[in-house]
Amino acid sequence: MTEGMALLTIFVLAAFVGFEVISKVSTTLHTPLMSGANAIHGVILVGAILVAGEADTTGELVVALVAVVLATLNMVGGFVVTDRMLEMFGRGAPAAKSSQGKPEDGDSGEAA
Amino acid sequence: MRDFAYLVSAVCFILALKGLSSPRTARNGNLVGAAGGVLAVIVVFTTKGLGHILPILVAVAVGTVVGALVARRVQMTAMPQLVAIFNGVGGGAAALVALLELASTDDGLPLAAAIFSLIVGSVSFSGSAVTFAKLQELMTGRPVIFPGGPLVFGGTLAVAIGLGVVVFVGDGQGTAASVAAVAVVLVSLVVGVLFVLPVGGADVPIVISLLNAFTGLTVAASGYVLSNTLLIVAGTLVGASGTLLTRMMAAAMGRSITSILFGAFTARGPAGAAAGGEARPVRSVGPEDVAILLGYARKVVVVPGYGLAVAQAQHTVRELADLLAARGVAVSYGIHPVAGRMPGHMNVLLAEANVPYDQLVEMDDINPQLPYTDVALVVGANDVVNPAAKTSPGSPIYGMPIIEVGQAGAVVFLKRSMRPGFAGIENELMFDPKTMLLFGDAKESLAKVVAAVKAL
Repeated sequence: MTEGMALLTIFVLAAFVGFEVISKVSTTLHTPLMSGANAIHGVILVGAILVAGEADTTGELVVALVAVVLATLNMVGGFVVTDRMLEMFGRGAPAAKSSQGKPEDGDSGEAA
Repeated sequence: MRDFAYLVSAVCFILALKGLSSPRTARNGNLVGAAGGVLAVIVVFTTKGLGHILPILVAVAVGTVVGALVARRVQMTAMPQLVAIFNGVGGGAAALVALLELASTDDGLPLAAAIFSLIVGSVSFSGSAVTFAKLQELMTGRPVIFPGGPLVFGGTLAVAIGLGVVVFVGDGQGTAASVAAVAVVLVSLVVGVLFVLPVGGADVPIVISLLNAFTGLTVAASGYVLSNTLLIVAGTLVGASGTLLTRMMAAAMGRSITSILFGAFTARGPAGAAAGGEARPVRSVGPEDVAILLGYARKVVVVPGYGLAVAQAQHTVRELADLLAARGVAVSYGIHPVAGRMPGHMNVLLAEANVPYDQLVEMDDINPQLPYTDVALVVGANDVVNPAAKTSPGSPIYGMPIIEVGQAGAVVFLKRSMRPGFAGIENELMFDPKTMLLFGDAKESLAKVVAAVKAL
């Protein structure tokens, strides 16, 4: 089997896993699940780092570093925001405390 | 050794998606996924011959600090647009990776994959930017339709693909191919904008989910170009599960994906939107009237919507519910699948206010209870209770399942104004004789009602 064929095989098998792994999800979890999946494709960071590490010219390096920043935003932001959604599902006490403070954070609301 | 670590990461991602599908395991699932991501990023630095390590570390640090800060501090109500923007930058990153790899990619399948990544990554980037603008209300939430829209969209897409073919024929090398590659990116950015513009506000979350799946596939294609199995597995997982999730979301709203994407192309403007004149009579009441109605009811169903979230009124609504419960009123919450801005968004907001989980009733379970309900209290919701979804085939929301508050003995709307909802459609129910409207900011209105109930 050539390398290309092996990669294609991995692709096809991963597609089946992706379909199977989330067969039944309640609507409550649609948003966190989307957000979590969103964070997972932030792993393009690995690709961005590889490309940046091989950059020959300054121009290439700059573009690659932009990709690194964007990919990191995707991955770190994605996992953190998903965790924030899900901590609400955890029970009681700590959520009550933090939720009191949240409206005051409003000035940072229009970030990104 | 490195490949083994990548395999561990890939397994983490699969377990993460599995965990995220069930409420009990969701939070741990997300942490497992994050661990997989961190592992992969540490391991990639052990790659032989990797240069420019210092600038890369700085870039990662910048992304981490900004990403974490923004994700921590943004308001819960702004969550959907945040997810959209994170998705967009991921797509953008994948397109940039493909652009840089183009010259050194073998022709044939890897080159085709790189070009795919260029096109779809760029579409995902600009498409997400438009969804962000729609949700942030930087632009209208209504479908943006112009004459010949489908032709322009089709034509632009054809140009993007045509330019992709030019790159492919040129083996991705030389000046001509480089220029064509940059042109592919630019034209694809326009394609992304045209793709999302005609989508109506209420359908935007579904499009975010679809673009999320697109980005997944882009990452998988980039992984093929780089011969990196982890990127292939992770990207494909997201592409496949994201497609499935998009279908589930669409099903929850009673929509088909094609009608969301292309429905607006064929719609004849805002049909059925402007029925009736300006001056139709409505019953506007004061907080005391609402308090009496609620305080002496046996069963009250609260239907929260985006207006509640905007006004940060979830804590006040809970206070009211507690007060009513103390008076022996049975209170439950009817949660529409897309209440708020995204499926599950309202559950998050109410959970934040410590509303007991068992009081949250999903739409399919609350509808049969509504005929036995004395008062339906609609707080900042409109489209999700609009009977036009059932009765008027010309309406943009026709076919969407709704919470049938019209079945209840009385309906109270807490609204800021008579302005129609996000989808821009009048609600006939407002003019029903058994409907009462209490105008004002949801939080202030609720606080007044709470005070009035206390005084009963």
